[in-house]
Amino acid sequence: MHVPVLKQGDYLIASVQAALTDADLLQLRDDLADRVGQFRSRGVIIDVTVLDVIDSFATRTLRAVAHMLKLRGAETVIVGIQPDVAFAMVQLGLTLEGVGTALDLEEGLAYLDRLAKRNRNHGTRSTN
Amino acid sequence: MEREARIDITSATDIVTARQKGRGLAIELGFEGSDLTVIATAISEIARNIIEHAERGQIVLAPVHQGSRRGLAIVAQDQGPGIPDVGQAMQYGFSSRKGLGVGLPGAKWLMDEFDIETKVGKGTVVTMKKWLH
Repeated sequence: MHVPVLKQGDYLIASVQAALTDADLLQLRDDLADRVGQFRSRGVIIDVTVLDVIDSFATRTLRAVAHMLKLRGAETVIVGIQPDVAFAMVQLGLTLEGVGTALDLEEGLAYLDRLAKRNRNHGTRSTN
Repeated sequence: MEREARIDITSATDIVTARQKGRGLAIELGFEGSDLTVIATAISEIARNIIEHAERGQIVLAPVHQGSRRGLAIVAQDQGPGIPDVGQAMQYGFSSRKGLGVGLPGAKWLMDEFDIETKVGKGTVVTMKKWLH
């Protein structure tokens, strides 16, 4: 199922609505890479609240998305990983190393705001 | 009520179908909470393994009984190239192709029982079980 991407100020919000096939995940990756350029976005939130499975492929793709967008000048934060999903991911030895995560959309926005503020204070667009 | 489900795995879309059917059957059998996610995730990993290594295969989901224990059995079978070195394939982080090398060892960690039979040139059968606690 196609993932809608909304523009919210300097940020993009990709809100996953249903289970994603591998093709959906790759489409999301390509959409976000395009939109970040189109809207000159500084941050991207991927809301995965509805996902009941995040397997090795999904983890690898989400990590790739975050690193790709970073190269395009945008920070990514994954929000809404459910407790059971987190449990299964840990069992599988999967990590989202180097990728921001937050509890929910609200915390995700706060996370991006904090990063933006820090970057402004340093006078650069990108840190860490 | 509880019956066997057979899912042909021929494309990545079938991975989602298989794990959703697995979750559905697990609910019918009385599994709940994190067990449902764990079962669905294990199915996802072995179904993807079929696509990546054998291109096509089948997943059979069925209730199992052993004495007073009840649970869910997941059998993944393909007529693909088989695995020349099972020990290596079961090592975490080892991948002969793309992927994280998480599939088989990951599924083993998630489930209570895990068995793999493979013959080069013939195919692979993975049998996994999760018991109700």
